[in-house]
Formats: sequence, structure tokens, C-alpha cells
Amino acid sequence: EISAWGSLVARRERNLRQLYPTGTSKVYGYVTNSKVKFVMVVDSSNTALRDNEIRSMFRKLHNSYTDVMCNPFYTPGDRIQSRAFDNMVTSMMIQVC
Amino acid sequence: MLPRLISNSWPQAIFLPQLPEVLGLQDTEVYKATVKDDLTKWQNVLKAHSSVDWLIVIVENDAKKKNKTNILPRTSIVDKIRNDFCNKQSDRCVVLSDPLKDSSRTQESWNAFLTKLRTLLLMSFTKNLGKFEDDMRTLREKRTEPGWSFCEYFMVQEELAFVFEMLQQFEDALVQYDELDALFSQYVVNFGAGDGANWLTFFCQPVKSWNGLVLRKPIDMEKRESIQRREATLLDLRSYLFSRQCTLLLFLQRPWEVAQRALELLHNCVQELKLLEVSVPPGALDCWVFLSCLEVLQRIEGCCDRAQIDSNIAHTVGLWSYATEKLKSLGYLCGLVSEKGPNSEDLNRTVDLLAGLGAERPETANTAQSPYKKLKEALSSVEAFEKHYLDLSHATIEMYTSIGRIRSAKFVGKDLAEFYMRKKAPQKAEIYLQGALKNYLAEGWALPITHTRKQLAECQKHLGQIENYLQTSSLLASDRHLTEEERRHFCREILDFASQPSDSPGHKIVLPMHSFAQLRDLHFDPSNAVVHVGGVLSIEITMYSQMPVPVHVEQIVVNVHFSIEKNSYRKTAEWLTKHKTANGIINFPPETAPFPVSQNSLPALELYEMFERSPSDNSLNTTGIICRNVHMLLRRQESSSSLEMPSGVVLEEGPHVLRCSLVTLEPGANKITFRTQAKEPGTYTLRQLCASVGSVWFVLPHIYPIVQYDVYSQEPQLHVEPLADSLLAGIPQKVKFTVTTGHYTVKNGDSLQLSNAEAMLILCPVESRAVVYSNTREQSSDAVLRIQSSDKVTSISLPAAPAYHVIEFELEVLSLPSAPALGGESDMLGTPEPHRKYKDKQKTGHCMVTTDHKVSIDCPWSIYSTVIALTFSVPFRTTHALLSSGTRKYVQVCVENLSDLDFQLSDSYLDTGDGTDLQPVPLNTQSQQHIHSKQSLFFVWELKWTEEPPPSLPCRFSVGFSPASEEQLSISLKPYTYEFQVENFFTLYNVKAEISPPSGMEYCRTGSLCSLEVLITRLSDLLEVDKDEALTESDEHFSTKLMYEVVDNSSNWAVCGKSCGVISMPVAAEATHRVHMEVMPLFAGYLPLPDVRLFKYLPHHSAHSSQLDADSWIENDSLSVDKHGDEQPDGSSLGSRGSVHSVCSGEHKGLPMPRLQALPAGQVFNSSSGTQVLVIPSQDDHVLEVSVT
Repeated sequence: EISAWGSLVARRERNLRQLYPTGTSKVYGYVTNSKVKFVMVVDSSNTALRDNEIRSMFRKLHNSYTDVMCNPFYTPGDRIQSRAFDNMVTSMMIQVC
Repeated sequence: MLPRLISNSWPQAIFLPQLPEVLGLQDTEVYKATVKDDLTKWQNVLKAHSSVDWLIVIVENDAKKKNKTNILPRTSIVDKIRNDFCNKQSDRCVVLSDPLKDSSRTQESWNAFLTKLRTLLLMSFTKNLGKFEDDMRTLREKRTEPGWSFCEYFMVQEELAFVFEMLQQFEDALVQYDELDALFSQYVVNFGAGDGANWLTFFCQPVKSWNGLVLRKPIDMEKRESIQRREATLLDLRSYLFSRQCTLLLFLQRPWEVAQRALELLHNCVQELKLLEVSVPPGALDCWVFLSCLEVLQRIEGCCDRAQIDSNIAHTVGLWSYATEKLKSLGYLCGLVSEKGPNSEDLNRTVDLLAGLGAERPETANTAQSPYKKLKEALSSVEAFEKHYLDLSHATIEMYTSIGRIRSAKFVGKDLAEFYMRKKAPQKAEIYLQGALKNYLAEGWALPITHTRKQLAECQKHLGQIENYLQTSSLLASDRHLTEEERRHFCREILDFASQPSDSPGHKIVLPMHSFAQLRDLHFDPSNAVVHVGGVLSIEITMYSQMPVPVHVEQIVVNVHFSIEKNSYRKTAEWLTKHKTANGIINFPPETAPFPVSQNSLPALELYEMFERSPSDNSLNTTGIICRNVHMLLRRQESSSSLEMPSGVVLEEGPHVLRCSLVTLEPGANKITFRTQAKEPGTYTLRQLCASVGSVWFVLPHIYPIVQYDVYSQEPQLHVEPLADSLLAGIPQKVKFTVTTGHYTVKNGDSLQLSNAEAMLILCPVESRAVVYSNTREQSSDAVLRIQSSDKVTSISLPAAPAYHVIEFELEVLSLPSAPALGGESDMLGTPEPHRKYKDKQKTGHCMVTTDHKVSIDCPWSIYSTVIALTFSVPFRTTHALLSSGTRKYVQVCVENLSDLDFQLSDSYLDTGDGTDLQPVPLNTQSQQHIHSKQSLFFVWELKWTEEPPPSLPCRFSVGFSPASEEQLSISLKPYTYEFQVENFFTLYNVKAEISPPSGMEYCRTGSLCSLEVLITRLSDLLEVDKDEALTESDEHFSTKLMYEVVDNSSNWAVCGKSCGVISMPVAAEATHRVHMEVMPLFAGYLPLPDVRLFKYLPHHSAHSSQLDADSWIENDSLSVDKHGDEQPDGSSLGSRGSVHSVCSGEHKGLPMPRLQALPAGQVFNSSSGTQVLVIPSQDDHVLEVSVT
């Protein structure tokens, strides 16, 4: 997870930003209240994904992550090995591609 | 310039205001004559322009007014004008009084005028702008219609922006452009989705010009006109739009937003051209982006000072980076990044690209560093390109580094490395690659690591750094992120090198092993990793080969460190076997080295408790805590990141190695077995693991966790220990013999020679077998034990056994019972003291008496005899007592079984010796009796005699015994005997006490005195036992001094008057002495009589102390005084005689004291013992005392 934040314009939501722009991809960062950071890299040529889609994807990711954290057998900081989480991420990637 | 661009649809009044008529009226006549007509004309002109915004200002003169004070208000010029022109809008007429004077009134009227003017102007603008915006919106709503043109609409909305700009409303102006921007972007996106608008096809025309952004002019008229003419390309439109946005943002003092928007724009344009499938000559976009980046940067630099720029690098660095990237790709495209320089094709391309730039714009023509000039120069020659590219790259890296974007800096560095590699300058590329790799390794980016390593491998190959190259290759060959083919390639590189004949033989290339293969686990056989000298130890290791192909390894070597253990006891087999309980498998943690999650994640402390025990008694010698991974925790931090450095690996050479030759390591897990014969005793620690492939050595520098095996040498040993907890004397007991052969080999015919102990028999069962065990407690053979016994020696021939084996067999031994010689130590009162020797061992009264038997054994391996002590416990404890009934005497023997076994007792017999006519008559008639564990059995005999018995009688009690559980014993057991002496068993005195109630009373009463009559009767004439100090002789009559004492220990009686006294007793049969005294009962009921004790009264000067305890002296002081008085005169006449009981003690208070000697229990018979007297409570005693205990 990239620790430094890009100094881009704040969108409507304070916890979602586009990070360093590159010629080929868009990098989005999302931070939760507990300072957990998600990073999503999207191909620039993919015009189907607007801010709204990105936002909803992050929200889905956040919810799923919260579920993982609620698992009493999970030690925070460990590698996430939840099948539900994996499936959700995979389904999100398939939907985009 | 702006007004020129605004169309005629705007009310001219706003932009070319016809200033309101200012009338300096003198009087109404003048007004009527000229001014009114003028005003009417003006109003008509306004109407003709359909302008509704006007204002009439009347300037009044103060002086004039004063003169015409009484003029009616209605008739003033103001009123007239109002009437004539401002019928509905009275506020359109303002009076300004004395504008040139400095008075409050003037001030007021000015204020009112300005306020009015401002309000009206604002109203006018609002109205007009609103109207315009409405029109514009209407036009925008028509965008779905076929004929709609974006360019047309663009011009309309831009007009609005111009208006705002002119009014200094830059924010609003910017909003207009942003809206246009968004609208256009939306159309492009929709076009990409298949929803194309006709007008957009025009923007899809091929790109012919790529001369970059122009930001130096506020309005790029050239481009504007092309838009107006609908001839603009997409790049033109975007460039123009951005130049306007840039201008406005700079007006708003927001240069950093320009930079950020510029980057977005550039990315966006590239995407849009792709989306619209616009044909772009190769390199054209790169040129455009490069020029635009530099243009934006120069524009920003132009309006900011150095400090501002330096503190906002974060905003601009993206542009720098983008420009660098584009210049790089231009360089590659135009053949400027190569050794040979551009070829003709490259040159053609360069010319085409430069043509597309067009001529330099006039406004930058004079500047030396214009983007146009830079690009042209960079593309002109290889050297110029290199200079510019390096400049840009270094600047970008520096900027990234300064704002902490290290990863981005490394990324640019990697590009630079690639550039150098193309230029065939690998030595320059290496630092950048190493730097990037170090960073990626530290942060654990797996894929960038792989990529960088691949670059680095190539670089090292060119540089001829063989070791580094091989190491990188080994890392790459084991990298799972590469394809199988790539991995094979790198593996082949290593193997090819290894198979080359080395120029200098013996030269080794040492590489770390972790990338080549990993040590997974290690297994010892024997599993406790302890082997005796000469024994064979095998070590099986599992190596997980990371290579993609099978590798033939010439040899695998484990370096072993040998140390002689300081604590020699560690080398004993017992210690070693006890302390290694693990199953012999040691697992090695999988190496996490290639991808450390974080630099800060140090391994956790591995702490273990350590106890070192003394070998002899297993007591704790030392204890502590050991940290097992100190070397991991305390190593320098830098070394953890220098994983690529092969210099850290040092090949250890030592005399002790384990070797395994010609092994093929298949990909994945391989099992390799080392066999070694143990030589010197000590501890061997596995240090390094090396695998050699040709001249390449893969070395695992430290085997961790620590793996050790021990080699020991042991002397042969013999252990003899009972099978049960303790051995019992008198019955056959099993004893286990254990021969630990150690380094000695037991041959056929070797035997143990046991020299027989006197009182211990070694029983020789017919079928006894010896079992031979191997060192690991596996039974290897067994054999019949041959035992030959003679008088002195028992010979046990051992079965043949190899070294480091254990022979075990069992024998039965029998300790002959021997009663402890008690002799004179018994006394008539019973409880013989146990043997002095055992007294100390007795913690309670129930310990068994033990006897030790020492057996000396000659072992074949030693010239010295082994002495083994076996301790047997006597299962019984015996006590005796003398009982009297008048003159009849009885001997009681109590046998107590202390062991856990039950016994059968038989044939009890009391032997009183031959010399006397004493006849013990047994009162127990049963011949066999059972005695259970922890129980006692009593035997009683009555002593009968005819002649005068001796004063002392030796007795010997014997009883046969055998364990109750066993039916048959092979041998007859010796009986248990107990010897004791009975002394002074002849009754000399009879004491009879009687209490009678006071005269005239039937019963004794509490509180009333009763009389106690004590009658002491001598039962025999002078005997041998009477001859002691107390005996006095006069006129052939013998008398002895006795002291009586009445004691009531239970406090039932109060003795009144003297409770004791000394009497002179004639030594003659039937001599009696009567003592009378008074006692008072303290309680009612049947009370036992008080005790009457008799003592021998001995003269004071004797060195012997009395048997009375000190307490009774102190208790009854009068007695002691009394005795002194009596004793003094005749004490000297008596001779002293020794006594069995006398024990020396100091005299009381230094005064001469008479001594008292208790008469032995057998000499006094108390015929009234046990009798009770009825005491009734006294009449007046109403208090009933109840004591509850």
C-alpha cells in the first residue's frame, strides 16, 4: 500500500482520491477511518469507470474488508486469506475487464 | 482587445455607455428651450437601440438655490424633468448638488448618486447576463439536433467568459471554460461508446501539427479563428481551451493548479486521440507532450519566484517526469539511443517530426531556452539528445528524491539504466539498478525485484562480474515470477559456467545457497543424535532445489565443528539419552530472505530455559535463559539489505566434514543421506552446508537452528539394584544386575565373580536368563545364565555381547536374619532401644531396622573389584515386657510387622538358657499365626521356677516366618530371633493402699478428710539384689531405706500433710510397714486411688544421681529439705556400687543431696492398683461442676 498521498484535488469525499496520474493508468486511493488504505489501479483507456463506479467499488471493498476484520480468527496484520474477500475482489476485476 | 470579440447581440450601452446627460441647468427657461429637446432626442436614440438602461443627473448649484428660496418645489427643473421623462421610473433622475464643493450636503448627494448608479448598473448587468445565459442554454439544449455544432456553441459560451473576464470575474470565466471542457470530454467518451455526433468527426482528422501549447499570449487568436472556422483539430481545441484556463488560473494566482491540470490534460489528450482513433504519426504526440510540458513549466516559472517553485516541486515534478519519459521515447524512436547513431530511416522520421513542429512562434523566438529550441536541438544529434535527456532525468530524480517519492525516483533511474545499457555503458547503469533493487527488496515488491534483477543480470554480464552475475542468475533461476523458459536460461548460464574448464584450478566461486536450494529438514539416525565411539551415525537432510532443471552436484559437504565437551559427565550414555528426547527431526524455517515484509520486522526472541543438573544427585547446578537467535537480533541492520552481496559468504574449512558425492538435485525436495563413523568423543556442530557444481560453490553459511550430534565413549559399568523399593531380610529377594558394556566387548567365558558375604546367600535358580539389549534399548539376544557357586565365590558367566550393549539379568538373594544384639540394653520396663547405629536414621518409631551386606564383584574388564552394598530391612520390630501378678511372672513378646508383606509365623519358642530351672510355659498354643502388614502379634510365657532365680535372665525368642502369599519356597528359611534379658523379676515388696471414710461415715465425701493406709510388705528374705548402698546391718538384722511417695497425677485427691517419707524396712520376709496419712477427695464418683511409689533411698555423697526428675524436686521443696536432714548423718557409711542405669549428671545447686532410685517394676507389686473408692458429693456442695472435654 502506497503510504504517500498524492496532492490532487479533493473530491467530494475526503477519503477517496486519485493518486499520482500516469499516462497509462489511473491510481485511486481510499483511506478508512482507521487509516487502512486501499489502492486501485485502473487502465486510463477504460472510460467505463467514472468516479461513481470507483467510489462504489471502494465501498464494496471496504465492506468486505470489514467482514474480514470481524472474523474472530483473523489476526489483524496477517495476510488476508478469506475466500469471500477473494471472490469479491475477483468479481470486481472481472466486471471491469 | 476583449470588446472586439464580443458580438453585437450585447447592448452597446453596457460596453459603450452613452454617458448620462449631465445638465448644468441655470433655469427652467434654458431647459425648456434646449435641454428638453436634447433629452428627447437622446431618449429616442436609446429606444432605437432598445436600451432601457439610462440615468439623468441634474447638477444643482447651491448659490442659485439660495436666491430662489421660495420657488415652489413642483416648478423646479428636477420636477419638470421627472415629469417629462421619468413617468414610471422616478429613480432614473438623480440630483447632484454642488459637486465641486466640500460640504456634507455635497458628500451626501454624491453618495446617493453613486449608490444609484451602482444599483442600476448591477441590475442592468444581471438582466443582460441572465438573458444571454438563457439564450446560451437554449442553444445547448439543441445539441442533439443534427445541425448543432460544438464550435458555434463554444464561441457563444466563450463570449460569456470574456464578459466575466472583462469584469474581472475570473472565477466565473473559468467556470465557462470548465463547462466547455467537460462537455467536450463527455462527447468524446460517448463517441468511444459508439454514440458519435456528426460534428465530432471533424476533430478526428489526422494530426498534422504538434507544436505544443501556447501559454504566453492571453488569447491565441490563430487557434481561436480556426475553431471559429471549424477547422480546428482536437489538439488545437484542447490547446486553446487549456491556454485560456491557464490564463485565468494565473490571474487567480493558482499556478500549481495549472501544473496539475496540465498533466491531466496531457494524459487525457493522449487517451482521447486513441479513443477517437485519430491517426497520429509516430512520435508526434511525444513531441506535443514534451513541448507542452516544458511550456507549462516555463510559464509557471515565469510567474513564480525560485523559493515558491522549490516548495511546490510536488506539483510540477509530474510534468518533469512526463517530459523525460516522452523525450526518452523520442530518442528511441529517432535512433538517438544507440551506439551507432541514427540510420537514414531514423533521420527521415526526425525530419518529419520537426516538420510537424512548424516554425517557432514569434513570441518565443528570442528566448534561448524555449521548448521548441530544446526539442529541435535534442533531436539534432546523439550528443545533444544525451545531454538533454540526462539533464531532465537527473532533475526529475532529484526532485522526486527531495519530496520523498523514492520509488518514482528509482523508476526514472531504471529508465536511465536502460538508456546506459543501450549506450553500452553498463558500469553507469549498475548503480541505478542496484539502488532500485535495494529499495524494492527493502519494501518487498516482488515483481519489480524480478524485473530489476533481469536488467541487473544483463548489466553484470556485460561488466564481467562473474560472481555477481552468477548469483543474480541463481536468484532469477529460482524466481517463480519468471517463465519456466527464462528460469531455465538463467540456470543454464550457471551450469555452463560451472562446466567450463577453469583457468586457475582450485578457484572457487562462492555463492549463497538460499537461491539455489533450501535446507528443509534434517533427520538423525539414531534419532537422539548420540552415538558411541565407532558407531555409525546417518544424517538425512531434505534439500529443496529451487532450480528449474535437475542439477548434478559433484559433492555436498557439511562442515562440522568439533568441540570436546568440558563437562565430562555429558558424555555418559545416560545423560545423553535422557536429554535428547526429540524425534531426531529438525525443521528449518523457510527462508523469508528474498521478500522481507518490512525492514523493521526483526525475528521474535527465541528464549529457552536452561537447567544444568549435577550428574550425581540430579540437583540443580545452574539455571538461566538462553536466547537462541542472538545472531539474528544483534547483527547490523545494513547486512540484512545486502542480500545480493556474495562477499558475506565465507567458506569455512575444517578437518571434520560430512560428504556426499555425485548427487543429482531434482527440482523440489531431495533427500540426501550422510553417513559417518564416530571417532573422537565430543560434540559435533553442523556449521555450513556447501554444494559444489564445478567451480561454483553454493554455501549456506550458517545452519540454523543449531544442529549437533554427540559422540561418547563409556567405561563398562555394573549396576546392581533391587527390584522392589527395599530388600527384606530373611526371605528371598530379587536383584537386577545391569552390565553396561561400554567400549568393552564381552566375550564368551567372561564372568562376574561374586565373593560371598557371610550372612547373604545368592540363590541360584535353574532357569535364569540374561537379556542383551542394544544401546537403543532394542533386545538383541538372550541366553541362559550359567551360575557356579562354591563356598567363597559365585561365578556368573556372562553371555557374549558387543560393545555398547546392555546385559540384564536377575538373581535372588537372601539375607539371613540376624537379631540385633541387644544384650544389656533391654530394661524391665519394656521398649528396647533400637540399635544405636540405626537410631539416627529413625525419624519415626516405625522404621525398619536395616543391615548392609557388601558384595565384592570381580568384573572381567577391570583388575579392581566392584564393591556393591545391598541394604536389607528387617521386616519385624520386637519388644518385650515383664508382667507380674503378685509373685507370678510373665514374659510378653510383641512382634510388629513393619513391611508391606503379610507373613506366616510359626513355631514360636522362648529359650531361657540351660543353667536355670526356670521354665517358660507358653500361653499361646497356636503353632501357626498370620501377621498382616503393619500389625502386631503378642506372645506370652509364664515363668515358673523352683529354686531361687538368678537376678538376670537371658532370653532368646525365636519364631519361624515365611511370606504368607508364597505357597512354596525352595529353601528352608531361618527363623527370626530376638534376644533380650529379664532382670530383677523377683517381687520384693507388696504395696497395698486403702482409703477408708472418716469414722462414723459410710462413704467418703468430697471435701472431707479420709484416711489413707499404705501397707508395705517385704516378701522375701535377704537376696542378692538387696545388697546395695541402702542396706544397713545391725545385730544380724538387715534393713534398707525406702522412700515412699503418694502422688495423685489426676488431681483427684489432695494429700494433706507429708506425702512422702523415708522408712527403714527390715529385710526379712513378711516384714511390714504401715503408713497413715490423710487425703481429701476433690471430686465425687469412683475415684482411683492415688499412686504410691517406692524408691530406694541412697546416701547423698555418692557420685550417682537419682532417677527422680528435676521437676519433682522443685515441685516439692519441703521434701528435698526433709531428705537432707534425714540423710546427712549416716551417708558416709555406705559404699558405692555401680548400676546399670546410672548416668552421670551434675548435682543440684551444688548441695549434697540424697539420691533416689526407683525400684524396678518387677520388684514391686502394687496389689491395690486398679481399685477405686466411691466418693459421694458433700451435702452442702450445691455447685455441680461440669467439665466438658
